[in-house]
Amino acid sequence: MNHDPFSWGRPSDETYGAYNTQIAQAPSFPKMNTQQPIVTGTSVISMKYDNGVIIAADNLGSYGLLLRFTDVERLIPVGQNTVVGISGDISDMQHLEQLLDELETENQYDNSSADGAEALKPSYVFEYLATVMYNRRSKMNPLWNALIVAGLEDGKPFLRYVNLLGVTYSSPTLATGFGAHLALPLLRRVVDTEADVGKTTLETAEKTMLESMKVLYYRDARSSRKFSLAIIDNDQGLVIKKGLKVEGMAWEFAKNIRGYGTQKV
Amino acid sequence: MNTIASEYSSEKQSTPIEHSFNPYSDNGGTILGIAGEDFAVLAGDTRHTTDYSINSRYEPKVFDCGDGIVMSANGFAADGEALLKRFKNSMKWYHFDNNDKKLSMNAAARNIQHLLYGKRFFPYYVHTIIAGLDEDGKGSVFSFDPVGSYEREQCRAGGAAASLIMPFLDNQVNFKNQYVPGTDGKEKRPVKFLTVDEVIKLVRDAFTSATERHIHVGDGLEILIVTKDGVRKEYYPLKRD
Amino acid sequence: MFRNNYDGDTVTFSPTGRLFQVEYALEAIKQGSVTVGLRSRKHAVLVALKRNADELSSYQRKIIRCDQHMGLALAGLAPDARVLSNYLRQQCNYARLVYNRPLAVERAGALLADKAQRNTQSYGGRPYGVGLLVVGYDNAGPHLVEFQPSGNTLELYGAAIGARSQGAKTHLERQMDEYLEVQTADELIKAGVEALRQSLKDETLTVDNLSIAVVGEDLPFTQYDGDKVQPYL
Repeated sequence: MNHDPFSWGRPSDETYGAYNTQIAQAPSFPKMNTQQPIVTGTSVISMKYDNGVIIAADNLGSYGLLLRFTDVERLIPVGQNTVVGISGDISDMQHLEQLLDELETENQYDNSSADGAEALKPSYVFEYLATVMYNRRSKMNPLWNALIVAGLEDGKPFLRYVNLLGVTYSSPTLATGFGAHLALPLLRRVVDTEADVGKTTLETAEKTMLESMKVLYYRDARSSRKFSLAIIDNDQGLVIKKGLKVEGMAWEFAKNIRGYGTQKV
Repeated sequence: MNTIASEYSSEKQSTPIEHSFNPYSDNGGTILGIAGEDFAVLAGDTRHTTDYSINSRYEPKVFDCGDGIVMSANGFAADGEALLKRFKNSMKWYHFDNNDKKLSMNAAARNIQHLLYGKRFFPYYVHTIIAGLDEDGKGSVFSFDPVGSYEREQCRAGGAAASLIMPFLDNQVNFKNQYVPGTDGKEKRPVKFLTVDEVIKLVRDAFTSATERHIHVGDGLEILIVTKDGVRKEYYPLKRD
Repeated sequence: MFRNNYDGDTVTFSPTGRLFQVEYALEAIKQGSVTVGLRSRKHAVLVALKRNADELSSYQRKIIRCDQHMGLALAGLAPDARVLSNYLRQQCNYARLVYNRPLAVERAGALLADKAQRNTQSYGGRPYGVGLLVVGYDNAGPHLVEFQPSGNTLELYGAAIGARSQGAKTHLERQMDEYLEVQTADELIKAGVEALRQSLKDETLTVDNLSIAVVGEDLPFTQYDGDKVQPYL
């Protein structure tokens, strides 16, 4: 009799031979879940203004250091008043896209006024996504993303963030990833508090967003020049501008930089 | 070299090395509950952080759950929200099942213990405080650790700046280390109930001080005050730096 | 003696294309006391007559709240109604938790209908023996839905189910143009109580046997019993 605790509760090898992991299809490795993102999208930035919300994200899908996919759309419209901006793992993003598609379809099945009174509101879409994100993290199998849900609800701008941990928060300006460090201070310079939202026009807001996208393109190595920008406005409705480019950059100084690169000093 | 003969050391390592996903984060913020004679307050700052970033300057974390019970779960915000949601839900079904009977503070506290302990081996990473009036109409505060140990107290601070605020509270609410002048430190200052105004002053002082010394505390202070007339909310700005 | 060979279960049609068990279930509703539901453009109201088994017993429960914005009244087998109202409570709850959304009354009706229909197609089960009037206020406004054990749900402006409900129904049909435009919840309740009276025979309405519920914009589902129904008698 082997008294070592190691063999407690095990069929003894002398009698039964080594434990066969094929029994009950028991895998020899434990089940593995996503532990890191693979192809990624960088920051999503967004802000409220007096008549709606703006959200923007570039079109790049990076594979580590490689700028792998250059035409990825990361702003997903849901119904007529909501846009979801997604950063992080692109395959997980595509899974979320599918979930959102199903959400819309189900709503159409269930309600005769699915395009009217019972249309999906941004807060419905958000709550659903936040539930999915938190449940997945609680299964230790997260969707490796940070999302911003932007939209108009009962005429008022809606903006809320959720990430792979299920952490959620709202603010008049929101940004994910690198944008939270680089773009957010610029956005906050224009809209710092909820009180500033009413004083900010679409024109100012859009200009601020373009400026922020420019700064991100300057400094974020995993960003692209091409980006999309969505406006959800009380008067214009949902407008998505695709294929925008960062304009008016100043690279004049570059030729004067000495000491590294190909030039002779 | 093993002194005890064991085969653990010879067990075949069949699993890959894990770089496991960390399901928790710290979202900063601090909360504070004080019970008075016929009232109770629960206050929290409104800053929401991860690492050195301020995510939001106004993200409330103290909530009115109904039945004169206010609650806050401070720490990992996603767990805090999940716990709060579950408690509110539990309360809703308590009302369905018990013909809209009011949930007492004692019952609420025990219920929350079960919600927390139910996840003993994957805990809600939060410090929870509830405040309200007990069945005699006296102010009451209950505080919980992440896995459900709980206790009724006169006052309790939780979250990022708990260690800064709690000693201040010991001194100012329970008069710890205070002695009657002229007794040569022999006679303790007798404890007495504070008024609502005194308590709100204490809470504001506690939070302005915590804001000075702790980077995860600031932006705004929201106080929920429970009296026999219901729940009242007050907001005071805090430093935003 | 004639014996019906096609009413033993819910999965066998009679040669004339009828499901007798389902039709019997519909009869069970008529055994229950009368229940009236009606709606205006702003509110929806339930009014029900409660019965007591004998003088020493309490009165039955006719109205069940399912959520802040939804509730139902029953006629027929009360235990079956409990099962269905519990189901509806869960569904309302799920909509709130996962979608932050009040369950649409239309959707609630469809869920109940699906659940009832399943019973009529599996062997060994029986249809629910209860009729429900579901009222609620959702994004599209106030609604009244009638549920039947056959798996039918209908959206209506006014409905009455239970014993001698025809009297109330006829009254509602005649009065519809008036109560539809009524502005306050109080007036609509009064119209409901008046309709209920048309279905009474030996009974008189008292604070003990009348149950009222109302829901509307900025007015969560509220139930009135006992002394609170006095003003409407």
